[in-house]
Amino acid sequence: MGSGPAVASDDATTSLHGGRIIAAIKEAGIDYVLSVPDITTAGGLLKPISEDNSLRLIRVCKEDECLGIAMGLAMSDKRALILIQHTGLLDSLNALGGVAVEFRQPICFMVGLLEREVDRPPRQSGRFRIRIVEPILDVMGIPHHLVENDKDIDVIRPGIEAAYRDNWPVAFLIGRPPVAS
Amino acid sequence: MKRDDCFHALKRRLTDEIVVATYTSAHDWIAIAPRDLNYFSTGAMGLASSHALGLALGNPDRRVVVLDGDGSLCMNLGTLVTIAAAGPRNFLHIVTNNGTYEANGAHPLPSRNVDFAGLARAAGYRHACTISELADFEAQIGTLLTTEGPVFVDLHVVPGAAYPIDYPNLYRADRREALKTALRAGR
Repeated sequence: MGSGPAVASDDATTSLHGGRIIAAIKEAGIDYVLSVPDITTAGGLLKPISEDNSLRLIRVCKEDECLGIAMGLAMSDKRALILIQHTGLLDSLNALGGVAVEFRQPICFMVGLLEREVDRPPRQSGRFRIRIVEPILDVMGIPHHLVENDKDIDVIRPGIEAAYRDNWPVAFLIGRPPVAS
Repeated sequence: MKRDDCFHALKRRLTDEIVVATYTSAHDWIAIAPRDLNYFSTGAMGLASSHALGLALGNPDRRVVVLDGDGSLCMNLGTLVTIAAAGPRNFLHIVTNNGTYEANGAHPLPSRNVDFAGLARAAGYRHACTISELADFEAQIGTLLTTEGPVFVDLHVVPGAAYPIDYPNLYRADRREALKTALRAGR
């Protein structure tokens, strides 16, 4: 028998719920989700999004395509969220620089950090491509927010609203696989 | 068949369509048809059709015409699958095919024997064709502009007249604002 209080399984500091992320996305006025699947978010986020008729999911072959689609939608006063893996973000840096930064576009990313260790910040990851994500975003002047528990979800709506207000990109880094409830 | 002759033929048929043009096609198009409903894509070679897909989804009641290049399309072939799956009915994808990366020194593509219309058809475009004669393009462009999309046209061209190459002018922020304003006015 343990002597301390039981840790609730839905503790807001140790769990991340996809349903709450989706609610925040909708509150921010997102119309479209553009996605190349990422195993970090495939079950807990992308799957429920695919079953949600109030969001239009566009399945995309390659991550940099998402930048063009999102800009075309932004020009049409439609809001989009790009849901991809950090490897795809790294593969899209040319488009990210050209479309999002040089053209000052409100491109909103949600990026799964594949195999990120939850016991340390991404910058201290033992995995090279995890370690360089935040520094690269810093160099490009793109604000980013680590989302690894339910409390962090509070940054999503204001982050997206700021992106569209300021015509500037934003990235939400999903630091652990969300659960689908 | 010269590319600019094709563009003049296209211009004569346009009404309220959005035209997305990239690289060499963009330099030709802005000289031939300056208008608020133009959109000049950037970000990476190959993304013109992706920008156009976003515009087509966001403006379902307005036709979107993309003037792509064969080199650009080769850098983003997956776009054919993405567009076909999204299925925008208001989408006309024109590739001006001269077998080269013209904007990068006119070096040849790895292969000059690519059947782009076949690729588009296999990806799931509703209609795809190849046109090599100006008279045929002039005869068909009116129908192509009203055919349910996504529609793909592989235009076999050679460069025509030399138009100014001025990227800063092409990518001016006020051009994007003019397009936004025109789109809002049309809703």
